[in-house]
Amino acid sequence: MSENLKDNAPQVVETKPDVKPAKKKRNKIAKRENNVNGYLFVLPYALIFTIFILIPVVLAVVLSFTNFNALEWPDFVGFLNYITLLTNDEVFMQYVLPNTVVYAVVVGVGGYVLSFILAWALCNLSKVPRTIFALILYSPSLTTGVAMTVLWKVIFSGDQTGLLNSWLMSLGIITEPIIWLVSADYVLPIVIIIGLWSSMGIGFLSMIAGILNSDESLYEAAAIDGVKNRFQEMIYVTIPQMKPQMLFAAVMAIVNAFQNGTISALLVGNPSPGYASQLIVNHIEDYGFLRYEMGYAAAVSVALLLIVQIFSKAANALLVEKD
Amino acid sequence: MAYKGKRINPQKFEKSQLKIIAIILPLVIFMAMPIVFIINHAFKPMEELFAFPPTFFVNNPTLDNFVKLGKFSDTASIPLTRYIFNSIVVTGLTVGLSLLLTTLTAFALSKLKFKGRSMMLQINQIAIMFVATAVLIPRYLVICFFGINNTMLAHILPLVALPVALFLVKQFVDQVPDSLIEAAYIDGATDFQVYRKVIIPMIKPAIATAAILVFQQVWTNMETSNYFVEDEGLKTLTFYMNTLVNANNAVAGQGMAAAASLIMFLPNLILFVILQNKVMNTMANSGIK
Repeated sequence: MSENLKDNAPQVVETKPDVKPAKKKRNKIAKRENNVNGYLFVLPYALIFTIFILIPVVLAVVLSFTNFNALEWPDFVGFLNYITLLTNDEVFMQYVLPNTVVYAVVVGVGGYVLSFILAWALCNLSKVPRTIFALILYSPSLTTGVAMTVLWKVIFSGDQTGLLNSWLMSLGIITEPIIWLVSADYVLPIVIIIGLWSSMGIGFLSMIAGILNSDESLYEAAAIDGVKNRFQEMIYVTIPQMKPQMLFAAVMAIVNAFQNGTISALLVGNPSPGYASQLIVNHIEDYGFLRYEMGYAAAVSVALLLIVQIFSKAANALLVEKD
Repeated sequence: MAYKGKRINPQKFEKSQLKIIAIILPLVIFMAMPIVFIINHAFKPMEELFAFPPTFFVNNPTLDNFVKLGKFSDTASIPLTRYIFNSIVVTGLTVGLSLLLTTLTAFALSKLKFKGRSMMLQINQIAIMFVATAVLIPRYLVICFFGINNTMLAHILPLVALPVALFLVKQFVDQVPDSLIEAAYIDGATDFQVYRKVIIPMIKPAIATAAILVFQQVWTNMETSNYFVEDEGLKTLTFYMNTLVNANNAVAGQGMAAAASLIMFLPNLILFVILQNKVMNTMANSGIK
């Protein structure tokens, strides 16, 4: 039976090119090879992008080869910052890098998988409950800044007035209040839980959109071709149809996993106690804005950019359709 | 019983859905708890904020915290309305401008042929990955170079180009069938008319999603008020609320902080409630596919 399925399932996927044959016709439109209007349309965005994003990024890369304290003119030091980062930055190697890896795996990969499963579950509900649940799951990603500080500081407060301590004590699980936000053992798990809690953002919504818009006839065809259960349907029918949304969600998840240092900074300050929840972004802020070693901070950012690039290339390789 | 297939987006409630609800309900409750807490916390009177044992739900809801917040800002040199006005102007202009430029660019990069477009796309892709923190100082230098520090433009321009929004909108434009665009060209439409009359109506879901993305970036942004603008009268509500919470960490500040957190959270939520139908039902009604 299962062999039968394996033979049949790829056919389900292969019906896809018939569904949207439009792509091949592309060269027929805009016959002019060099459409000047193209430049005109792109110009305003490109201008602002260049001034406020591209030039600053290039400047940051240049700064990464210098010693710059934000006051005096930077001195060129070659690869010194990068060499220091790899060989001499104990905090980075011992705490920051492992923390970032753990955080990225749990919040990035875990959050991504969780958002897909939840999106899929929600799409099996009718409209009203789906909308309500989606709103609830999405709303945590909206709590940033003030809301986040107030909320979690009250819940994880280190004395008996903290909500979590009070609950755990009344349940008899602990007898003494735990100083959650100071103890190095708890800080990283707390930051990870909050990260996961707030990870159902725009990527999650786009996955719901992707699933809802999958082609109905393909599900019927798949059922006839031998898809036996929901899980197979998900793997063979749903996912292949929503690759653009999966890719967008993956990019959002990667960016979120590597660039979000605010939770730790808002909750426990920067640097965090014993560097227990120090992520790369916090490390950059620490060097850039507390020690004013801008050149070194820039080098760490370039390293982060390279790490993120590798992951996004991998996501692209997995999820981009090859025409 | 044979497997019927296709139960995505059911039209009405069926018993089989109870199973799914039962599985995800605990998670949904866990996710909802902190939000419920924010709302309850904002309406707690002083004695409940410091009650022992601490309470989750509010017992005697009161508007005291909001009143206190209002009174406190009356004593400041800049009235609260000024910050609100700044936030609304900055957010509105940035979102509007950003959506206009992003859709124009996405259309050109996806459907018009010209040299360098794939390179532009790649540069944009890389820019998504660059950490904002890292470009803060170079960005400050650029802003000073153009002399727009300490103006409203410093709030708006740096956030207009959001690479991730372009990436999203472009993916949607890619999915608009070329045959439709071709038909418009045959009828004599110009590039701009195609953009206006064909592309825009079909990518409304992407525009709604991008609007949420840009809104969040601008609304929560404190970088500009912190570093690029010195004039107190040009700073935003987010900045003000944040200083208020941080400066008043003592007993009296707790209530105001609780009220502030609700005030900052609500606009996000309202925007999403307004746009959710567009965001989630995307192409279902727009005729793509």
